[in-house]
Amino acid sequence: MRYGPASVVPFQIDLSSIARRSVASLYSHLVTRPTGRALRLGIESQIGELGAACISVLDFTQVVVLDYSCADEAVAKLMDRYRGADRPADVYFLARGLGEQHRDPIEAVLARYDMALSAEVAAAGFVLLGTASPGERDVWVALESTRTAAPDEIARLLNGDERETTTLLDGLCERRVALRRSDSRYQALSSLLAVAEA
Amino acid sequence: MKVTTLPASLDERTFDAVARGLDGEPAERRLFDGSHVRWADPYGMIGLLAVGSVAGRESEQPILRLPEQPDVLSYMARMGFFEHAEAIFEIHGATRRSRHDGPSDVLLEITAINSHADVHSVVDLVNERGMSILTKQLNYPVREAFQFSVVLSEVCQNIIEHAETGGWVATQRYTWTKRLAGRKVVVIAVMDLGVGFRQSLSSTHAARHGDGGRFSDAAALEAAFLHGQTRFHDPGRGQGLQQIRKQVGRWNGRVSIRSGSARIADVPDWDDSLPLEEQLPFVPGSQIGIILPARVDEGGLTVPAHAAKGEVQ
Repeated sequence: MRYGPASVVPFQIDLSSIARRSVASLYSHLVTRPTGRALRLGIESQIGELGAACISVLDFTQVVVLDYSCADEAVAKLMDRYRGADRPADVYFLARGLGEQHRDPIEAVLARYDMALSAEVAAAGFVLLGTASPGERDVWVALESTRTAAPDEIARLLNGDERETTTLLDGLCERRVALRRSDSRYQALSSLLAVAEA
Repeated sequence: MKVTTLPASLDERTFDAVARGLDGEPAERRLFDGSHVRWADPYGMIGLLAVGSVAGRESEQPILRLPEQPDVLSYMARMGFFEHAEAIFEIHGATRRSRHDGPSDVLLEITAINSHADVHSVVDLVNERGMSILTKQLNYPVREAFQFSVVLSEVCQNIIEHAETGGWVATQRYTWTKRLAGRKVVVIAVMDLGVGFRQSLSSTHAARHGDGGRFSDAAALEAAFLHGQTRFHDPGRGQGLQQIRKQVGRWNGRVSIRSGSARIADVPDWDDSLPLEEQLPFVPGSQIGIILPARVDEGGLTVPAHAAKGEVQ
């Protein structure tokens, strides 16, 4: 199934506000599995209410401490639920507001599940977290720089082979860190975020 | 009555001597004589609570004779030791001060961990109190100081997730006078009297290897500590200890886990303990010790402890 940007609903989730709502305003730090589980259920519920393909933005701006257990529940298990063919909705996840202290836990839990996540990291801009081959990372960076491109354009940028580039782009779409449009061009997820905020 | 004289220094290095107080007939009453204790750290104090709890399971409430040195008693009071000890020991000795009668320099008093809510309280408290200690006294960058809370959170959750019972945590900052050239360190101790690593992993191990009966404490510790094995069939589980090791390693710290009759540790170059010990006095549950040395500044560069010169043990 292919989606153009117009059919994807950007959907931003402030993790700290969800935490407050889901865990009865008790916790200002995202630690422990039950907290992560509550977060995940809250996010899943909001995604379910949208009932459409959406970009789900996980906003860490207000999060001071994130531990591995909570990250496993709130990020990895959440993304894992929406990556398989039996996913309950078509969701693309983006993280933003990440500080350096959040990177380790998120990278670690993504690696456990062999997943990747587009993320906006303070002072580094958008980066690809988690697992990806060097070729996929190069293509992802090139797509980020162009925001939208056809495979031959990316191939030219990287001095690469068009067919191989197409395979890598499709791999990124399979990992849900890029979008394939109905006109056969590819789109960086971060560009959809900019459209939503304009 | 079996009498155990507590060592002058109550810490991880002397814990096995305290644990030997459990040797012998379980029904025999125990007396732990702390008259000559001159120093106690979080590991030593929580370890005493753990050993006392075990001693009281099958016999009359054990007796604790308190240290004679007033400053040791005062410090134990500030760490909240007596609030927990009174339920475990019949206490003999001088009156001790409450921990609430003055400003405290304690990073985290001895705190019972019985639920995830307790873990949140610990993280909140340490973030509130500990940031200036970690950044100004131990020279950790702010980002790494936050990771200290993560380590504490994961190690406390280990009690709830695996021990199937409650436990205690405490942490304090010290200046070592002899080891590490007088550098400041933070000591974390976390203990429980639960099922321990061997029992926690035995069903998984038996399913994999078919020899659950021969699964030793040391093998269980190696499986969990070195290989991240866990009883949960979930790819997200088992990473807490691995990440603690990774983080403590970055700080050139020491992390050890004692469970049953074995202890396993990541030993930095400034420490002389063994990476794996077996046939120790049996103590149920698990006892985790973490030591984090201050970063030192050499010629304007802040470097991890192991890169500094002038090591004196």
